[in-house]
Amino acid sequence: MSILLDRDTRVIVQGITGRMARFHTKDMLQYGTKVVGGVVPGKGGETVEAVPVFDTVKQAVDATGAEASLVFVPPPFAADSIMEAADAGIRYCVCITDGIPAQDMIRVKRYMYRYPKDKRMVLTGPNCAGTISPGKALLGIMPGHIYLPGNVGIIGRSGTLGYEAAAQLKERGIGVSTSVGIGGDPINGSSFKDILQRFEEDEDTHVIAMIGEIGGPQEAEAAEYIRDHITKPVVAYVAGLTAPKGRTMGHAGAIISAFGESASEKVEILSAAGVTVAENPAVIGETIARVMERAA
Amino acid sequence: MDIHEYQAKEVLSNFGVSIPAGALAYSPEQAAYRARELGGDKWVVKAQVHAGGRGKAGGVKLCDSENEIHAACDEMFGRKLVTHQTGPEGKGIYRVYVEAAVPIDREIYLGFVLDRSSQRVMIVASSEGGMEIEEISAERPDSIVRSIVEPAVGLQEFQAREIAFDLGMEPRLIQQMVRTLQGCYAAFSNLDATMVEINPLVITGDDRVLALDAKMSFDDNALFRHPQIAELRDKSQEDPRESRAADRGLSYVGLDGNIGCIVNGAGLAMATMDTIKLAGGEPANFLDIGGGASPERVAKAFRLVLSDQNVQAILVNIFAGINRCDWVAEGVVQALKELDIDLPVVVRLAGTNVEEGQKILAKSGLPIIRASTLMEAAERAVGAWKNDLSQNTKMRAVQ
Repeated sequence: MSILLDRDTRVIVQGITGRMARFHTKDMLQYGTKVVGGVVPGKGGETVEAVPVFDTVKQAVDATGAEASLVFVPPPFAADSIMEAADAGIRYCVCITDGIPAQDMIRVKRYMYRYPKDKRMVLTGPNCAGTISPGKALLGIMPGHIYLPGNVGIIGRSGTLGYEAAAQLKERGIGVSTSVGIGGDPINGSSFKDILQRFEEDEDTHVIAMIGEIGGPQEAEAAEYIRDHITKPVVAYVAGLTAPKGRTMGHAGAIISAFGESASEKVEILSAAGVTVAENPAVIGETIARVMERAA
Repeated sequence: MDIHEYQAKEVLSNFGVSIPAGALAYSPEQAAYRARELGGDKWVVKAQVHAGGRGKAGGVKLCDSENEIHAACDEMFGRKLVTHQTGPEGKGIYRVYVEAAVPIDREIYLGFVLDRSSQRVMIVASSEGGMEIEEISAERPDSIVRSIVEPAVGLQEFQAREIAFDLGMEPRLIQQMVRTLQGCYAAFSNLDATMVEINPLVITGDDRVLALDAKMSFDDNALFRHPQIAELRDKSQEDPRESRAADRGLSYVGLDGNIGCIVNGAGLAMATMDTIKLAGGEPANFLDIGGGASPERVAKAFRLVLSDQNVQAILVNIFAGINRCDWVAEGVVQALKELDIDLPVVVRLAGTNVEEGQKILAKSGLPIIRASTLMEAAERAVGAWKNDLSQNTKMRAVQ
């Protein structure tokens, strides 16, 4: 098992005719992901990498039985595309697009609440690297070869820092059940908490690694959830110990503005909740290895 | 993007928020003339800079006469105003706003922010206006009133009334307060703001509810659909290196250290800074070159990092997913050749096409220090910087 994505998940790519989307569609197909279609309004009937393109998500779902979608649509139109996926019955959507206006994301989240919980689409991102269940499927832009299949569930806000963690694990022969990027934006589809819950229920995940950064209340909220609901060992790293207060560090969401938002405060809150914190980014792999040995 | 107080007031007033009569001036003479136009016998001269805390820093002066206005302006124009929000370098004063002084009965704090827990717009208000929100939440947390706006229908009148009554406002002022709150929310949501702050919102002796100060920030990602807001950008208020970086699609924040960083991805960039510190150094900057970095973009990143005189070593850390290591390596080689850099440069590459990237670096014949892990890269950069420093000191001693 893995979470959100496995070998049989049928995937469409929204915005598939763009340069980046073409490149990563090819990459995903090579990895073994079942990419069954693409959507670009006005380009229905074309093909990309032998995958049929449709005008609407509804048409794509009807023709291919797609359950998951990857959104590669430019920022001004991305929110609309996510809502289109939610309405067409897509169950899981990953949005890669960086730079979506925050109020568009507020609207997206509000829109998704029109569906009852059991019919509601799960969204991760935007501004993320995607999700990978190593050895099974890849829904995103990460380099697949740095992940081994295994039992560590990874949740991270940053793409490349997630790669760093996976590479450190691979070096030690440790594999990953699923790695989920939740993205660096202030308003995003899923929180640490939402994904933690899925890993808790997943048999193949034995240890959970959470890679956070400065800004926002999500790490502190996750800490509380871990303390009360998670029985599996959790390892965390929080980037930005050297970041100055009040400045946005690249990610729109990475700005320290209140208590519990700086890296050192987050480390303190997570430690108090029983999470093992890796003190610096160079020892993420080592810390996870140690916790796994202890858990075994 | 931040805008000036006078601009925020104009924006809010277009949405029905009442403001005192005021006018902008670019010189002391113009300020005095504006005061005469406004009439009355008391004015406030306010330095227009993108920072809070102006009053305590001498950027707000109450004046009784034209002479006083002249004197206040002479002190402000051309000066750098240093407040607790500007950093030690301060922000230049090139415009002042002259306002007719109003008799104040009460001061209220009013803020609209994007609340990340509820993922909605939140209104924060307090009866303790005039103090900063950080002080209020530390000293008078009980005075804070919060309300979350349902995005599908916007701010409802009952919510606005609740806030007004919770702040202890007189019934005869409630309608004015409702109009103020709804105006602010409309401005916030129609113009893609990320913050509206009115501190203080005042009740005057003659029962008016006025925004005495106003601050607005806008979502950079949404400026494409608000050209009239984008035009309000004032580059004189930005760190020149940061605005140059933004114009080139790079995300840069200048810091106080001396090891320049060039990294892809915001999270990895912060982690790299943390590792430099752990290795005994201090990062000179945060720099995310983003995905799909071409050799040209890498060269631009080098130029930007080198524009900081304090930089004494450079660390390049690229974990390529959407990027390709061979492209980055080409960019590094190109930059080193073009810019004639004599500082130690440490390069760590990982991910897509890493072997090709390493080959390009090795073949270039340039004195690039290579590293395979993050820790190794940070240690080598700090080591190279210390080494370089001691060599320079020795050379100076010989001279």
